[in-house]
Amino acid sequence: MSLDEYQKREFKQVGTRVRRPDGVDKVTGRAMYGADATAPGMLTGRILRSPHAHARIRSIDTKAAEALPGVKAVLTGADLPAQEDDFIRDVQDNCMARGKALYDGHAVAAVAAVDAATAKAALKLIKVDYEILPHVTEVDVAIKPGAPVVLAGRSLENVPAGMSENVTSHCEFGHGDPAKGFAKADRIVERSFRTAATHQGYIEPHACLASVSSDGKADLWCCTQGQYFVRTLCAAIMGMEASQLRVTASEIGGGFGGKTTVFIEPVALALSRKAGRPVKIVMTRDEVFRATGPTVHTSMDIKIGMAKDGRITGAEAHLRYSGGAFPCGTVDMGAQAAFAAYDLDNVRTYGWNVLTNRPKEAAYRAPGAPQAIYAVESVIDELCQDLGLDPIDVRLKNAAKKGTKSSYGPTFPDIGLVATLEAAKKHPHYSAPLAEGQGRGISCGFWFNFGGNSCVSLNINTDGTVGVTEGNPDIGGSRASISLMAAEELGIDYDRVRTIVADTSSLGYNDVTDGSRVTFAVGLATIKAARAAVRVMCERAAKIWGIDADAVEWKDGAAVPAGPNAGKFPPMSLAEIAAVSFETGGPIAGHHEVNVDGAGVSFGVHIVDVEVDKETGATKVLRYTVFQDAGKAVHPSYVEGQMQGGAVQGIGWALNEEYIYGADGRLQNPTFLDYRVPVASDLPMIDTVILEIPNPGHPYGVRGVGETGIVPPLAALSNAVSRSAGIRLSELPMSPPRVLKALGGS
Amino acid sequence: MRYVAARTAKEAAGLLAAEPGVTRVLAGGTDVLVQLKSGLVEPELIVDIKKIPGIGDITAENGGFRIGAAVPNAALGEHAGVVALWPGVVEGANLIGSTQVQGRCTMAGNLCNGSPAGDAVPGLVAANAVARIAGPGGERDCPVADVPAGPGKTTLKTGEIVTSIFLPARPDRASDAYLRFIPRTEMDIAVASAAVSLELAADGTVKAARIVLGAVAPTVVVADEAGKLLVGTKLDDATLARMAKACEAVCKPIDDKRGTVAFRTRTAGTLARRAALIAYARAGGKK
Repeated sequence: MSLDEYQKREFKQVGTRVRRPDGVDKVTGRAMYGADATAPGMLTGRILRSPHAHARIRSIDTKAAEALPGVKAVLTGADLPAQEDDFIRDVQDNCMARGKALYDGHAVAAVAAVDAATAKAALKLIKVDYEILPHVTEVDVAIKPGAPVVLAGRSLENVPAGMSENVTSHCEFGHGDPAKGFAKADRIVERSFRTAATHQGYIEPHACLASVSSDGKADLWCCTQGQYFVRTLCAAIMGMEASQLRVTASEIGGGFGGKTTVFIEPVALALSRKAGRPVKIVMTRDEVFRATGPTVHTSMDIKIGMAKDGRITGAEAHLRYSGGAFPCGTVDMGAQAAFAAYDLDNVRTYGWNVLTNRPKEAAYRAPGAPQAIYAVESVIDELCQDLGLDPIDVRLKNAAKKGTKSSYGPTFPDIGLVATLEAAKKHPHYSAPLAEGQGRGISCGFWFNFGGNSCVSLNINTDGTVGVTEGNPDIGGSRASISLMAAEELGIDYDRVRTIVADTSSLGYNDVTDGSRVTFAVGLATIKAARAAVRVMCERAAKIWGIDADAVEWKDGAAVPAGPNAGKFPPMSLAEIAAVSFETGGPIAGHHEVNVDGAGVSFGVHIVDVEVDKETGATKVLRYTVFQDAGKAVHPSYVEGQMQGGAVQGIGWALNEEYIYGADGRLQNPTFLDYRVPVASDLPMIDTVILEIPNPGHPYGVRGVGETGIVPPLAALSNAVSRSAGIRLSELPMSPPRVLKALGGS
Repeated sequence: MRYVAARTAKEAAGLLAAEPGVTRVLAGGTDVLVQLKSGLVEPELIVDIKKIPGIGDITAENGGFRIGAAVPNAALGEHAGVVALWPGVVEGANLIGSTQVQGRCTMAGNLCNGSPAGDAVPGLVAANAVARIAGPGGERDCPVADVPAGPGKTTLKTGEIVTSIFLPARPDRASDAYLRFIPRTEMDIAVASAAVSLELAADGTVKAARIVLGAVAPTVVVADEAGKLLVGTKLDDATLARMAKACEAVCKPIDDKRGTVAFRTRTAGTLARRAALIAYARAGGKK
């Protein structure tokens, strides 16, 4: 880990709430989203989806569809190549079924036609001969021997014998001996928990436009969190070279991890190649719910032992996650994150991934962590109640800090959990009186944060302005943050910097916008690209002054002689150096390419007050405060927005959001009416407190902030509801029927 | 698909009667457009009734009000006379959809959509409202209570349309209230609902009560026994508890994604109890 990047400094621009660069375009409708791309001769692509949860596809007859006037191409899984690599094959088979339809909504065929009505009519003419197979949609059923097998032959060797073939992987983390720890406990709580699958619920459905030319070049415009990864996947599926496929990311109307893979892009490309014309596909909301990635659904057993003084003596978690019909590693992250907030001597987590006949899971904000931490933080709250201890004091007593060997292995450097807990404890919210029947819950949350491959170009324009070219779709304010960091480093005004997101042919590889990595990692690359440009500018000034380049330094946006021995020259500003750059050696630019390490972990603490209507089971959220360590908040308004957004999504998971499957294995609620994200009137103001414990791995101390915020709300709400209702709840969402039932009212 | 804007109710009825295929009547369109967009129906004919003269009017009549079939619920909510006379009917109608939807959606549309969860219907039935229906054979009046026939079904015959709904006069010391349960605070569909219309005697005891439950059976349910239990009382706790139980006894809900049988049943009773207290206070009752 690079832990020596951070240097304390006085910020002039970083930390200010500058105007966001995408605001005007978004509120005036000028912004180009995925569905806004058009091309001459464009066709409409539509996808036929399986109505069955699990069925063998005996045959697909496309003749009638192909014969329909206006239909230019029909595609089935047989049109796509066989793939050697498991990962690529899973992605491809999820985009277009081959052999078996694995869930309700699984794509089985697609058409491209001159208009939407023709495409729709053509779908009706495609005859799929299905052999309906027994299905399984619940993780606790799928894990048992004898359950219908979703995909055979995918179990890794580390899966113990005697489990269903649906169990694809097993993981184990921890140290010490929990049994010894439990022996020292004054009180042990052991509970089972379940959480429903939830969807990212981004407002913009997936959309793309693909255009493949007759000589094999292709362009793809799409709404994605990572155009380079889209290129990797699509090039593999299409059998193309990376250089021949240019992918351009649109503005993005939300992603939350759900747009880190492909669903319709390879289909549009394959249809375009077949039809010889550009093809646009825009998903309906129904398709988004049925066929893109929700989270895992889970079943978990937690056992924690505590001494009378609140010290956790032993902890154990058994996590069973299902990410739908294809193997996924999300349970590994849950197993690593479960006890990350605590400094424990005896801790062990076990995880199993289980296949079910549900759509393939996609990342969703801190994938895997909210579920496991919900279960752990619920048990800790119950122990606090049982032993009459203050929930924040107990967490402070056990809090991980610098030097703690984490439950998943690494030893923590400087982290902000203790400071975050202390801030929560002294905040007026924590001591505010509660009315009769109200309950207050708290929870810690944790996320690793990622770094990763990042490539930035920074160009000094001759008029003294600066263009930053980066390769990550801006999903949470990264253009503003990157411009701020460039401006800070160069010593010029934020308004003189414009940051754009490049297509895959214009810049080197950048990892997906995920893991809260962009402001951290691309920010680091930007700072270093700015430093590279500064070096060039210093050289140019040196040349003009006729002194050695080493004798020039950069101060307040200008080259100055480094000390009295260097000579006496007035400062040359960035604009002055840029204006004469053609005479001093040509254009000036800075670049930086790096695989960034040193992403600092981030902790958060949430406090929530609720009131449960004991006659209906409905929960009203009364007050909510988020405390989170941002390392350094580059643009505080965006940071607060991330904290608030995470909390609100978590409130949705906690109270109402769930994938509901019928006995027929079909998704019952693929609409925003019945998949209930919170509406504004459901929520109080989400108050925020930003902590800044610098990340040693970033020049400005930045940590990712995008994901931690969704981790604590689940347990915070569950603990508050449990205290308000006077019963311990252990299943999410805590929908009114479920709460009323638990209260014995129905 | 043909679209015709009828100039008279008779023309609308004639067009609908003559079409052998699937038809839809367009007033506010807040259900029809959703059905079209989601591919639920592919009608041959859409008859727009908004342009029929007078169909968008609220008219005072015999101490009550006649509400045209194309009166948007937002307009209903801004009509002081209707709000004063039948606040429970208006609050039900005003719960449908969003602010934008309120500008279009109508009570007649909510009724003809045939959903057991329609928010306008329990209040209308509790109010003993009467639908005026135009058809190929002329005009007839029919109690709103007799219009719903089951999910998505009404007793309207081919070619018939509702042209207005009449809310009758009511005596002094009378009022109504409507409550629904939704898991959110807005933008949702009732999981259970209850409308209560009360008439009080001079001594503040209940003289007449009509309780109607929504989303707990294929059509709205008039809870007659529950209503009778309130008569002669000032809604003491024991009476209300008995009334809630009587409401539960007439519920025949389904288990689905929105709620369980047990939850809907229990909640219908709870809502009826709470709505009764609101209606009682509105009618000037003091406990």
